[in-house]
Amino acid sequence: MKEFQVKVSIRLRPSVLDPAGEAIKSAASKLGVNNVNSLRIGKLIDIHLEAVEKADAIEKVELLCDRLFANKVIEDYEYYFESIDE
Amino acid sequence: MNKLKVGIVVFPGSNCDRDVAWALKGCLDIECSFIWHDSSDLSGLNAIVLPGGFSYGDYLRCGAIARFSKLINSLRDFVETGRKVIGICNGFQILTESGFLYGALITNKNLNFICNDVQLEIISSKGNWFDPRSDRKIINLPIAHGEGRYYCDEETFKKLLDNDLIAMKYLNNPNGSSWDIAGILNEKGNVLGLMPHPERACDRAIGGSDGQYILKALLNE
Repeated sequence: MKEFQVKVSIRLRPSVLDPAGEAIKSAASKLGVNNVNSLRIGKLIDIHLEAVEKADAIEKVELLCDRLFANKVIEDYEYYFESIDE
Repeated sequence: MNKLKVGIVVFPGSNCDRDVAWALKGCLDIECSFIWHDSSDLSGLNAIVLPGGFSYGDYLRCGAIARFSKLINSLRDFVETGRKVIGICNGFQILTESGFLYGALITNKNLNFICNDVQLEIISSKGNWFDPRSDRKIINLPIAHGEGRYYCDEETFKKLLDNDLIAMKYLNNPNGSSWDIAGILNEKGNVLGLMPHPERACDRAIGGSDGQYILKALLNE
């Protein structure tokens, strides 16, 4: 078995209003940082998991994203593998 | 004859379960019992309530983790039999997350936790959840939520319209819900999810009785 480190990012779909992102955007301008055209909040999930091969790890991560991490009605996800510990 | 009985599901973090029991037993004389989320035995129950609260701490997304409980698994067969299920507030979130109902519930548009009475227009008569008299088309129920903005895309909205699945709409949309939707039904009409709390409107002395009909309807055909 190999250990894989995967980072999953989950974001509201572009069509879904993100009021918390809007609130932070307005705080950014109060801080004096202007011209922030868009600011949206997501989640980052950091996983370490064991799998036989990378393909096996991808399958597990896909299942987690699809069934648990993201609600595809409102969210999109993407993931990337950080490092592989042989 | 055995009395009909309603099961009230208790998840870790549910907090309206006792309110529902008070409304059912205390106000409406309907037999009820609590069922722990870890149970898959729904035998002897004629209807199920998924109450409000913060199941599993609302971690990840409201209602997301409840979906994997033994109880929700056995709820699928229960729903298939045509018996009624109501999801109130967090219960509604669980029903959408588990795929019993279309759409999703997300953070209120104004980011506030809203605790208020709202006026609702009854839209669908499917499932006979609401009093059919025409003077009862507008009812008052309390809401109490931070993540009650109903969201669905246009395609889903069309499906809701075409199949008469919109149970109720807000007259003055408090949270930014798509098309003012406050509650929806499944195709069969035996599953109702709504953000307002009918169990908190079952006694005139504490804010109204418009919730009574909905809870009584759990045992209607």
